[in-house]
Amino acid sequence: MIPLSHFMFVSAALFCIGLFAILAKRNAIMMLIGIEFMLNAAILNFVAFSKHDKLASGGQVFALFAIVLAAAAVAVALAIILNVYKYYRTIDPTRIDQLRD
Amino acid sequence: MSVEQIIFYFLSAMTLLSAILVVSLKSFVRAVFLFFLALFSMAGLFVFALADFVAITQLVIYVGGVLVLMIFAFLLSNKELLNNPDKKKPQIGLVHYLPGMVVSLLFFGLLIFVFTQLNPAEFEWVKTSGENTLKPTDNTIHYLGINIMTRYLLPFEVVSVLLLMALIGAAHLARKERDV
Repeated sequence: MIPLSHFMFVSAALFCIGLFAILAKRNAIMMLIGIEFMLNAAILNFVAFSKHDKLASGGQVFALFAIVLAAAAVAVALAIILNVYKYYRTIDPTRIDQLRD
Repeated sequence: MSVEQIIFYFLSAMTLLSAILVVSLKSFVRAVFLFFLALFSMAGLFVFALADFVAITQLVIYVGGVLVLMIFAFLLSNKELLNNPDKKKPQIGLVHYLPGMVVSLLFFGLLIFVFTQLNPAEFEWVKTSGENTLKPTDNTIHYLGINIMTRYLLPFEVVSVLLLMALIGAAHLARKERDV
């Protein structure tokens, strides 16, 4: 029997790794991976707490929805990143700084 | 320490180590394969939270879908996409990473502080869950199926429509522009 707080510690660490990836990386795909880490940390908390909610199993259902939404987000984000790369020849978000053509 | 605890801490160490390597490695392809490892051990952690169906979904969607998508994005795109954009700049070492590291470590400290103060095992609804607590012998798929088809039917339909929209949008964005 693993205590709930240990799940929360693991997910806190994973969330902060994702935060670091978003703040420090100069590469749109690495930032996307950081977002995935943060989403996974949140899903781990949902799943850990749903252990005490067997009949409604809200945490697990919400975790399933979050996984599906993350997959959709990755599909759209990768398509956008490929388009941005085709246009700007870079995927460094700090160098994509013009809205005009 | 029981076998369960040993495996749990091993899996969490593997998740966190590979996640740290993902964000610290220079090589892009290696980072993506370590991302695969992190998600895989994450699915193992889900099993220890007694959510076997979510663990399988994680394997199928993340490890099977998202990663294949990312690798395909690399393969279909130019080789220069793989190169680290930092490479051309003069190396300034870790100073570049310092602000992000400070912010995320501070946030980590805050979260750990809150979680140690919080003590989730003492929550009222956790303590009084009693019969409502999952046991390792329970069949979660049974409860999940009934709940998705009754209590969470509307979110389920909405999420399916949203997924369809997102996939159509992604396909539209990714196709080649054709002259009209």
